[in-house]
Amino acid sequence: MQKKIRVLIAKPGLDSHDRGAKVVARALRDAGMEVIYTGLRQTPEQIVEAALQEDVDVIGLSILSGAHKTLFPKIMQLLKEKGLTDILVFAGGIIPEEDVPELKKIGIKEIFGPGTPTEKIIQCIQDYCSKRA
Amino acid sequence: MIKTEEIVKGVLTGDRRSIAKAITIIENNEPQAKDIIASIYPHTGKAHVIGLTGPGGSGKSTLIEKIVREYRQKGKTVGVIAVDPTSPFTGGAFLGDRIRMQELSTDPGVFIRSMATRNYSGGIAKATNDAVKVLDASAKDVVIVETVGAGQSEVEIIKVAQTIVVIHAPGLGDDIQAIKAGLMEIADIFVVNKADRENAEKAVIDIQAMLQLNNKEKSWQIPIIKTVALTGEGVPQLIEKLEEHREFLEKEKLLQKALLKAEVELVDAIKDKVAQSILEELKSKGKFEELIEKILKREIDAASAAEKLLREMLKKA
Repeated sequence: MQKKIRVLIAKPGLDSHDRGAKVVARALRDAGMEVIYTGLRQTPEQIVEAALQEDVDVIGLSILSGAHKTLFPKIMQLLKEKGLTDILVFAGGIIPEEDVPELKKIGIKEIFGPGTPTEKIIQCIQDYCSKRA
Repeated sequence: MIKTEEIVKGVLTGDRRSIAKAITIIENNEPQAKDIIASIYPHTGKAHVIGLTGPGGSGKSTLIEKIVREYRQKGKTVGVIAVDPTSPFTGGAFLGDRIRMQELSTDPGVFIRSMATRNYSGGIAKATNDAVKVLDASAKDVVIVETVGAGQSEVEIIKVAQTIVVIHAPGLGDDIQAIKAGLMEIADIFVVNKADRENAEKAVIDIQAMLQLNNKEKSWQIPIIKTVALTGEGVPQLIEKLEEHREFLEKEKLLQKALLKAEVELVDAIKDKVAQSILEELKSKGKFEELIEKILKREIDAASAAEKLLREMLKKA
């Protein structure tokens, strides 16, 4: 058995600030995970379909355009429709504090704002995956 | 855990979730993997399996995106397996081939999977090979396997694919040197990508020169196709050659290749099983650690240790 944690790092929406997404992708790779990076400007459909084909355990969404309240619910809805509810979803980028409760309510496990140590994200993923295994 | 029969049924009906799960099980080498392969195997052998390899930065992923589009226009379904290296230090991997294939994600006639090389005991070929079988069994007309070109993996691709495309681009540095080692011999089709760059013609001539030195197989003339993956230029010609090669194989070589492939697969499977059972026995008796210790102390070298062990085991049997 050579089980690995597989993570999809995706950038929904129209901003092209991918530094954060790439830093997280790299940190997760260095923590021994297989990270699939989708690139910029992904539609919710593309993200969910990629998650399904790649059979990932975790999705990380990075958004800095302010469209999270539109795009995240759409993604969570599509995941539900495809029966992918066992995937851990976390998010990062520029997301105002007051939006966090609403996003958590729709199933996004954690929101990691600017300055979050990457260890914290790694820990969150490892905790989730070891609990599930 | 999902039942094996359910996954198999899903794969055979083209259900994407089942295909994805089956490949994961194969990648993880879970006990179920063996049964899945056994059940789908009779349904394989229909897809045209194309291996595409070349150095990093030559435009493999971008070209694949265009190839897939072209096949889709012809009404064919396509599976893609993109293999990227695992870090030997952390065990992690960064799989970025989807970036160039974003818009294919939502096409129901296309299935893309990124695979890391991990440290498979049988080389990358085994897991990739089995993943190809899954896509083949799910009735994909064409399955494309992309591997990065450096080291062993791209030569191993001959165990997986029927048609091998070696891609190169001008201006990548040590030009033809990069494709010299091993790659020349395995190519059925050469692609010089980024053909709009100034040195493209020189790359073509270099390859031509190499091919002339290496003309052992006359029945198939290895073509050199110029492409510009960004614009799709040259891709229709490439597809034409791919289909020609497929027909050529059907007429002349497919059986021979299939025989060779079956032989390699059987030998690999035997090696795997033998090694596994020997290792298990060794480990259970503590002999393994004992020998490791001796090797560390330089009392015996690994090859001699292996020979000694095998002799002892065979005597007992």
